[in-house]
Amino acid sequence: MTVIGWLQIILYCIVIVALVKPLGWYMTRVFNGERTFLSPVLRPVEAGIYWIGGVDERREQHWLTYTAAMLLFHVGGFLIIYGLMRLQALLPFNPAGQSAVAEDLSFNTAISFITNTNWQNYGGESTLSYLTQMVGLTHQNFLSAATGIVLAVALIRGFARASMRTVGNFWIDITRCTLYVLLPICIVYTLFLVWQGMPQTLGDYVEAATLEGAKQTIAVGPVASQVAIKMLGTNGGGFFNANAAHPFENPTALSNFVQIISIFAIGAALTNVFGRMVGNQRQGWAILAVMGVLFIAGVAITYWAEANSTTMMHTLGLTGGNMEGKEVRFGIVASSLFAVITTAASCGAVNAMHDSFTGLGGMIPLINMQLGEIIVGGVGAGLYGMLLFVTISIFVAGLMVGRTPEYVGKKIEAREVKMAMLAILVLPLMYLGWTAVAVVLPGPVSAMNNAGPHGFTEVLYAYTSSTGNNGSAFAGLSGNTFFYNLTLACAMFVGRFFMIIPAMAIAGSLAGKKSIPPSMGTFPTTGGLFVGLVVGVILIIGGLTFFPALALGPIVEHLAMTAGALF
Amino acid sequence: MLREIRPAIFVLLALTLITGVAYPLVMTGVAGAIFPQQAQGSLIDRDGKVVGSALIGQEFKSEGYFHGRPSATTAPDPNDSTKTVAAPYNAANSGGSNLGPTSKVLSDRLKEGVEKLKAENPASPVPVDLVTTSASGLDPDISPEAALFQVPRVAKARNMPQERVRDLVTQNTQGRLLGLFGEPRVNVLALNLALDAAAK
Repeated sequence: MTVIGWLQIILYCIVIVALVKPLGWYMTRVFNGERTFLSPVLRPVEAGIYWIGGVDERREQHWLTYTAAMLLFHVGGFLIIYGLMRLQALLPFNPAGQSAVAEDLSFNTAISFITNTNWQNYGGESTLSYLTQMVGLTHQNFLSAATGIVLAVALIRGFARASMRTVGNFWIDITRCTLYVLLPICIVYTLFLVWQGMPQTLGDYVEAATLEGAKQTIAVGPVASQVAIKMLGTNGGGFFNANAAHPFENPTALSNFVQIISIFAIGAALTNVFGRMVGNQRQGWAILAVMGVLFIAGVAITYWAEANSTTMMHTLGLTGGNMEGKEVRFGIVASSLFAVITTAASCGAVNAMHDSFTGLGGMIPLINMQLGEIIVGGVGAGLYGMLLFVTISIFVAGLMVGRTPEYVGKKIEAREVKMAMLAILVLPLMYLGWTAVAVVLPGPVSAMNNAGPHGFTEVLYAYTSSTGNNGSAFAGLSGNTFFYNLTLACAMFVGRFFMIIPAMAIAGSLAGKKSIPPSMGTFPTTGGLFVGLVVGVILIIGGLTFFPALALGPIVEHLAMTAGALF
Repeated sequence: MLREIRPAIFVLLALTLITGVAYPLVMTGVAGAIFPQQAQGSLIDRDGKVVGSALIGQEFKSEGYFHGRPSATTAPDPNDSTKTVAAPYNAANSGGSNLGPTSKVLSDRLKEGVEKLKAENPASPVPVDLVTTSASGLDPDISPEAALFQVPRVAKARNMPQERVRDLVTQNTQGRLLGLFGEPRVNVLALNLALDAAAK
């Protein structure tokens, strides 16, 4: 670890914190339906969409209708991606002549992109046409991100409103989020990325004659426009197989720094939207503090582990950290930082191969996802995940003093706690359950790239990442098989929607409750005690759930590595 | 519920057209007009022929060129399409080795790489990036130490004084951005082009 390394980490945190208030202020205006500086341009487009969609701007929806609208919207998104992948050979914008994608892989990919996971069992440049990348994937990058954000906003409205039956209108929220938040940022962002060296072209792959006379086919494409939303919307699906490690997908140290900022920007700012909507910004800062504590701890461990390198490299006299699977322009610190950020949020883009990380260095990304990606988290998904943990924490605090717990003026009762527990328990059921099934079947076991405990971690990581809708991978696992395509799709689907539906049920139930003013007996939820309590609850629930699985994978691998074992 | 079906179709289609068609096409047009060089892939021309991209590494094997990092990229086996064969710096199929810290395969590969480099230049310690594969398999850069390590070999093969070659390495070394971001590095293709130009 170096001073310059830590300076990069500190500067990163400062930039994120500085963005929270302005972005939170702007998004609050957007979701409250107020005018913004972009309204003169965007309002006619917005009104046009409502007109052809038959959306009544004055009508709000009950939480069930809101959720149903969201699900219908996703059915359409699924059909578009699946159809494009199956038919891409017959459609235009296919200069590399990619053929139709197999049924199981198309199914997996369509589920993957509508759930904001962007798990990739394919290599982009060797499988997909430009049309599929743009119309199928780029558009769903926008819409699945917007979905996460608007669901978080609906849940916030549940906390903020009193005695109401509705939580907002899905069609208005999704349209405003896409037009006013995501699209304008992405336009500027795309130009920045191209300036840094990212291709943005519909031309053919380039044929180059290298200095030594060999032929090199260089894949290009409309990369920058997709990468902008991939990072901002915490989607993470790479245009290229190597994702943000590919020099075209992350050309410079500066593009890397801006990319990691864009992963956290919206998720962090949503804590401020929460604070503003419930009428006390300190409630938002307290939640961000919980996230910050867990984040810094994770960065410190991964950075230390990767800089400390592996026993086999020490034996050979190689110094300078674990550079296997890392790029020279990023080095150890920017690779470690990226890995922690991308898994803390549900982004899943990678600028280094996690599969080649040390045991402990790779364990932190795994833990981040197993906690449910609540450290800033996916855009929106992180906030509603964290609010579920807050609900449990408040409940625990209430039990300690024997009072009905309350949070931001709302009584937390049996229904809310049951729903929160349901959402929190469904995740381990998926990633532990499917891992257990996969590692006793010969076919799925033979897909591992590494032997020994590392191979087990590859499978555990795959199901954890898909359940958490992250999409990063221990990429050595050959996941493009019938078994993995189907079971991973199942994990992604359940991990996304069985978290969303209970969260929306809580939103609906809270919106209908009366707001009660704080009294002497109210547990203050803006101070250090609250932050400590939530961190404790997260670590206890998380630790009890997945520690045994970690012991079989990264922990035993670390011990084996220090003992000099090879598999 | 039925009244949600119309927006489910039309709002979806409208947003798909905006974000999936208009946005990438307009960005392609605008980016191509403002940054034509980058938008096409930062291609490098020499004598009217494309020799590669400034951002994409390529394979160098001869003694007289600086070598990049080992690359783990593959290509489909021409004899059996269900298998793949090693194809270093295949810029149409990026990827890493994905070998972990207790992998015997990785250990053997590192050992072989270290022995080869030690034979070439016993005087200096072997730089870690010259024996490890990159994440993309297309890393265009090596560390300044890795470039300096190769100076004796390149100078000998080209019959150039070592100082001259070392100067070229220094000229092609990029520092950290603002002294803070990223790592110092040398772009291998740029260095080798400079080497060829100096030899003329």
